[in-house]
Amino acid sequence: MEFLLAVVTGLLYAAGLYMMLRRSLVKLIIGLILIGNGANILIFLLGRITKGLPPIIPEESKVFIEAYADPVPQALILTAIVISFGLQSFAIVLIKRAFKVVRTDDLDQMNSIDPYS
Amino acid sequence: MLIAVLSGFIFALVLVFTGKYFKKKYALWSALLPLGLFVYFLQFVGRIGNGEIISTQYNWIPSLNVNLGFTLDGVSLIFSLMITGIGFLVYAYTAAYLKGHVFLDRFYGYLSIFMAAMLGLVLSDNVLSLFIFWELTSISSFFLIGFNNNKQSSRQSAMVALAITGLGGLLLLTGALILANVSGTYSIAEMLSSRDIIANSPHYIIIVLLIFGAAFTKSAQFPFHFWLPGAMKAPTPVSTYLHSATMVKAGIYLLLRFTPVLGDTPLWQTSLIIVGAVTMLYAAIHTLFRTDLKGILAYSTIAALGILVFLIGLGTPDALLAACVFILVHSLYKGCLFLVTGIIDHETGTRNTAVLSGLRKVMLPVAIAGILAAISNAGIPPSFGFLGKDLIYESTLHFGSWAMVLTAIAVITNILLLYAGFVAGVKPFTGSLPQQFEKVHTPSYLLYVPPLILAVGGILIGLFPIIIEGALIKPAVTALGANSSEVHLKLWHGFNTILALSGTTIAIGLLLYFLLKPSEKLEKLAQRFEFISPQNIIESVAYAFGYFSIYWSKIVQNGYLRHYITTIIVFLIVLVGYTLINHTSFEIDYDSFERLTVYEILTVLLLMVGTIYTVFSRSRLGAVASMGVVGLAISLIFVYYSAPDLAMTQFSIDTLTVILFVLILYKLPKYLNISNNVVRIKDGVLSLTFGLLITVLALEVLSQPQNTEISSFYAENAYKLAKGKNVVNVILVDFRGIDTFMEISVLTIAAIGVFSLIKLRLAKRFRNK
Repeated sequence: MEFLLAVVTGLLYAAGLYMMLRRSLVKLIIGLILIGNGANILIFLLGRITKGLPPIIPEESKVFIEAYADPVPQALILTAIVISFGLQSFAIVLIKRAFKVVRTDDLDQMNSIDPYS
Repeated sequence: MLIAVLSGFIFALVLVFTGKYFKKKYALWSALLPLGLFVYFLQFVGRIGNGEIISTQYNWIPSLNVNLGFTLDGVSLIFSLMITGIGFLVYAYTAAYLKGHVFLDRFYGYLSIFMAAMLGLVLSDNVLSLFIFWELTSISSFFLIGFNNNKQSSRQSAMVALAITGLGGLLLLTGALILANVSGTYSIAEMLSSRDIIANSPHYIIIVLLIFGAAFTKSAQFPFHFWLPGAMKAPTPVSTYLHSATMVKAGIYLLLRFTPVLGDTPLWQTSLIIVGAVTMLYAAIHTLFRTDLKGILAYSTIAALGILVFLIGLGTPDALLAACVFILVHSLYKGCLFLVTGIIDHETGTRNTAVLSGLRKVMLPVAIAGILAAISNAGIPPSFGFLGKDLIYESTLHFGSWAMVLTAIAVITNILLLYAGFVAGVKPFTGSLPQQFEKVHTPSYLLYVPPLILAVGGILIGLFPIIIEGALIKPAVTALGANSSEVHLKLWHGFNTILALSGTTIAIGLLLYFLLKPSEKLEKLAQRFEFISPQNIIESVAYAFGYFSIYWSKIVQNGYLRHYITTIIVFLIVLVGYTLINHTSFEIDYDSFERLTVYEILTVLLLMVGTIYTVFSRSRLGAVASMGVVGLAISLIFVYYSAPDLAMTQFSIDTLTVILFVLILYKLPKYLNISNNVVRIKDGVLSLTFGLLITVLALEVLSQPQNTEISSFYAENAYKLAKGKNVVNVILVDFRGIDTFMEISVLTIAAIGVFSLIKLRLAKRFRNK
């Protein structure tokens, strides 16, 4: 599975980068989201994946008795998911607002400061 | 001593608030500040004369070794007295010269900052604080040159001066840091003891060159001299104070200060002699081709600075003595000549020597000051200038095999300087008075007393050199590391070669003055060669550099996001890829494929198909929906691999994102494929390479051993310390609670942003489109 996940990560990065290189702002954000997902899986994978052993101490004991999945990457990813949502939601609303003002989605046409030019 | 140095800054600060009242009535009172400082430094004369060195130490930033260490020795004392003494005269003179000027308070503010910085410069023992004060003098000089900031030429000259002296400042900083590194101390006094280490260090050459760069730019040595004539755009009191008497001598001070540390090597001697000699000849010849009084004085100042560098280069005790004396001589007569020029300009409205004559009939006291200064400048006995010139000839004559050449250079320079001094100090006052100047009258005593004091001082010290011999000159020579016991300043040495040389200089100089009249024809002749002047060459290089920068920025900063991303990714692929190709060691474990379950394979397939569909979908709704599928597939993976919290978060966030997208979708323009196929294939290849790189990188990291120290810390202590059993949650809300708190703040800010962007009403002109 590690190998498959590594391939999936690479695919997500490739797809994200490709989308970010487009001229459309919407595609740029989709690309950002894809790369973000890729990064999350990468961190998850590099912390070594373990099946069926969540890092939760069993009800009756005070310490882990058997092996457990690494909690640190999980904490990192949780933070990353939430923060990237903040970024995404703001960006999505911002595109809408920008489109209302400049009437374009094309990055190349957004270079001018004057909306009428 | 700290208060003495800082008083100028404090005064400037006070002026910011009280300037309005100050400039109306109290301008003259500000002269009490330099006067008080002059008296303060005067009280040390006795102690310094007895060979004492007074130093104080204040900690400023001890952790960076920047301390305010002040040392007052012979050299510093001469400079301090010059700064405060001439400062006093200039302050008083300015009160009349710029009377009623709108920005008089500002002017005094700049002047005070300069005075404080210059005092700090000559008293600093720490090389870093020396650098700070050095820069402050450059900056205050910039403001003073550009004081008439409504004139384009003033602003231009100020920029040139700042560029050149600022460059020198950077060189000084670099030199000082290397020097401190080699010697292990930032204190100049302590560097003296590691002289041999410095001289034998491989960095010696670069240190010396950097210090030279600083000194030559500040003291206007060829080929950096051209900022000084430009600096004459400043009001005359500034030219007197900064650009003749004190600031331009900061470079000389630096060379003197480092003579005991770095001096006495062939590199030091030869470079200084050559640069000094070229500068003095070049500048002295230039005085012949000027008609503007301040222009003539500017070039003769450059020549005088050249003489000083030349003398420091000779480096013999005789030469160092001559340098110390000449610094004083020059400040006295050149300060006076500048002040006289200022009066002429102020009263007649012109500085053209070709027009000026006969002014003695209308302003006798000024004429006396000008002529006395010209006499001292010419070195006619019994002036102080005569004494200074004697010492210069004495040091060149006793300089081994090159004595004849060096003496000849000195004689030629002095002849030309005599001419320049007479044109500035004598010519405007002799001859007949043209009709246009008949209404001119003697100015306020505030204007003519300061130059008179300087001029009379120049004669008095010439008659009684004993006044300064023991008190100032001897300690200064000692501070430079030379033996001062044989220093005897006297006017009459008997009939010898030196006297003959002095006589020749005076005779030829006077002859030149009577034969050659300054004219605009000569000035035009000189302008024809302007294109090969260092100023022109350096300015062209500066312009070319400017154009190059614009061109370069257009390439690098082209404003296209995708070009930036491409550049970054290409570099990443090349650098990381290169390393990976040489160092990969992972092996694919094919056995593990057999353990894969069906639902794992299906999830991964779903993820892949979703991703690919997102990229190639022609509808935006399709792309957003399949992106949602990708997110859900990821949350499934989190479920399989023991991350229930992640799965829940991913699920809800993914859903929210899709909903948000869909909600605003209908308000967006048509979803278009703008790029053509070539660009797409290019981007596709780049993206796939990048993806491959990430995959290989991940596999490579997986093949390396893992460090689980941190994880086991959290796992062991989650319940013990934090009383929680879900370790991920404990980390987030307890161990890293502050981080989570910050995260909540970030989300809040984003939420406020989203809310206000939705609620914000558009300006009318955008609404109806």
